[in-house]
Amino acid sequence: MDLRELYQDIIVDHNRNPRNFRPMAGAVRIAEGYNPLCGDKLSVYAKIEDGRIADVSFVGSGCAISTASASLMTEAVMGKTVAEAEVLFADMHALLTGTASGDPARLGKLAALAGVKDYPARVKCATLSWHTLHAALQGELTPVVTE
Amino acid sequence: MTAIPTPNLPETYDVARVRRDFPILDQRIHGQPLIYLDNAATAQKPRAVLEAMDRYYREANANVHRGVHTLSERATALYEGARDHVQAFLNARAREEIIFVRGTTEAINLVAQSYARPRLGPGDEILITHLEHHSNTVPWQMVCEQTGAALKVVPITPAGEIDHAAFGQLLGPRTRIFAVAHVSNALGTVNPVAELTAQARAAGAMVLIDGAQGVPHQRVDVQALDCDFYAFSAHKLYGPTGIGVLYGRREVLEAMPPWQGGGDMIRTVHFAGSTWNDLPYKFEAGTPAIAEAVGLGAALAYVESLGIERIAAHEAALTAYALERLGAIPGLRFIGTARDRAGVVSFVLDGVHPHDLGTILDHAGVAIRAGHHCAMPVMDFYGVPATARASFACYNTRGDVDALVTALEGARKLFGGRG
Repeated sequence: MDLRELYQDIIVDHNRNPRNFRPMAGAVRIAEGYNPLCGDKLSVYAKIEDGRIADVSFVGSGCAISTASASLMTEAVMGKTVAEAEVLFADMHALLTGTASGDPARLGKLAALAGVKDYPARVKCATLSWHTLHAALQGELTPVVTE
Repeated sequence: MTAIPTPNLPETYDVARVRRDFPILDQRIHGQPLIYLDNAATAQKPRAVLEAMDRYYREANANVHRGVHTLSERATALYEGARDHVQAFLNARAREEIIFVRGTTEAINLVAQSYARPRLGPGDEILITHLEHHSNTVPWQMVCEQTGAALKVVPITPAGEIDHAAFGQLLGPRTRIFAVAHVSNALGTVNPVAELTAQARAAGAMVLIDGAQGVPHQRVDVQALDCDFYAFSAHKLYGPTGIGVLYGRREVLEAMPPWQGGGDMIRTVHFAGSTWNDLPYKFEAGTPAIAEAVGLGAALAYVESLGIERIAAHEAALTAYALERLGAIPGLRFIGTARDRAGVVSFVLDGVHPHDLGTILDHAGVAIRAGHHCAMPVMDFYGVPATARASFACYNTRGDVDALVTALEGARKLFGGRG
């Protein structure tokens, strides 16, 4: 497999210039994610208004896969309802772990992460931000750990 | 004891010939020749080790110290022969001082639980350093929790060397045990263990040296070091996994209670009470890793056939070359710059996370380690979540270093690095 299928331009771009990469004052939901194997660490912030994600952001440090995944995630769920975001979480989990059915193209830009499923050691990098968002939306207070 | 025959050392170190002894190296990864630079994690095994273990299972397999039948006698002779070999390799005074364990980690846990736990209490201190592997940190934390003793940590300098002045200050009458790595697995620093041991023992402390990264890179003489304990694993020394060695000074081992109970470690067993076997068997409960001990013996013979000093010189030259080549890559920063270092080179590259490097290099056939190297306090000290680490062994070449450098330049390009 070509390395470029993993590190597509969009991944490299979101790693170098992550979107919504900022702490959020007055966030109503915050969750922390940590991957002890890699040392990837991030916090996801979300502001929920009328069941909708009015604002979402993240800070932290991690590899290109985890950073780009978090960045793309914030773009994808911004403005969505909590229920829609949870559906997307399930879809992404299936895509990244290779259990998805259907055309990944329907996930738009997020489909760029599809290559991760061929790198078992890297799957946790890509799912970390999604698990953390899920925890934030569920209001879980304990840090999320993937390893 | 069995004397090791003086090997007929070749005049020059023929790395191409050495490579032919390691069948695993002859393969392609993602279409590229395998360049194995993760030797500090585990080294590859020469044919001599593979064949010795295979031959053991084909011709001699039986339980040791049990049977009167021929196979049991063969197995026992091979197992005990490996112990003699280790004794000679470390220059221990007696074979009873060589305890077979699963690896360095188990050796340290054995000392923590059997030596430290019954003796230590509140007011006592265990001294370690900031550059230890988790396996030379956590067992001591556990025993501190069990006994009320305190764990003290000698700081390191920005170069990754033990702060000698601080060591002198932290070492005191309360220090009961000083535990230190011979060589840092994360930084490559070679610690002045003979000097540190002398100072610690003069202060009345027992000294344990974690030799996991020490034994593969230099000759170790436990009598010259004058330490109380020295631990190492076979698998970093071209031997199999699942076996390692705890060397202990005989009088110290004799005063320690057994750690694990079971077969082989007893003399008599009655429900009213049991009595313990002599050294070294007192610490070897249950059926040991016999084939692995045979493999370790074969690994030692292999290392002696090349000459540990020759291996060390080869690795030193390779490390110097790697430092020069890697140091010329823009944006590359070494983590750990000790003056005295082994063939372990840790680094970070601007804009490319070590885990991405690990994946990208693997695509070029180059195997390195990316992560915290089981030394999270070291990562905290340098303010990095992880590093990339290349580590060398007897079969690595300058061509391997060149392949690493080319792959790193490819990673920079992939991630849009400048320069």
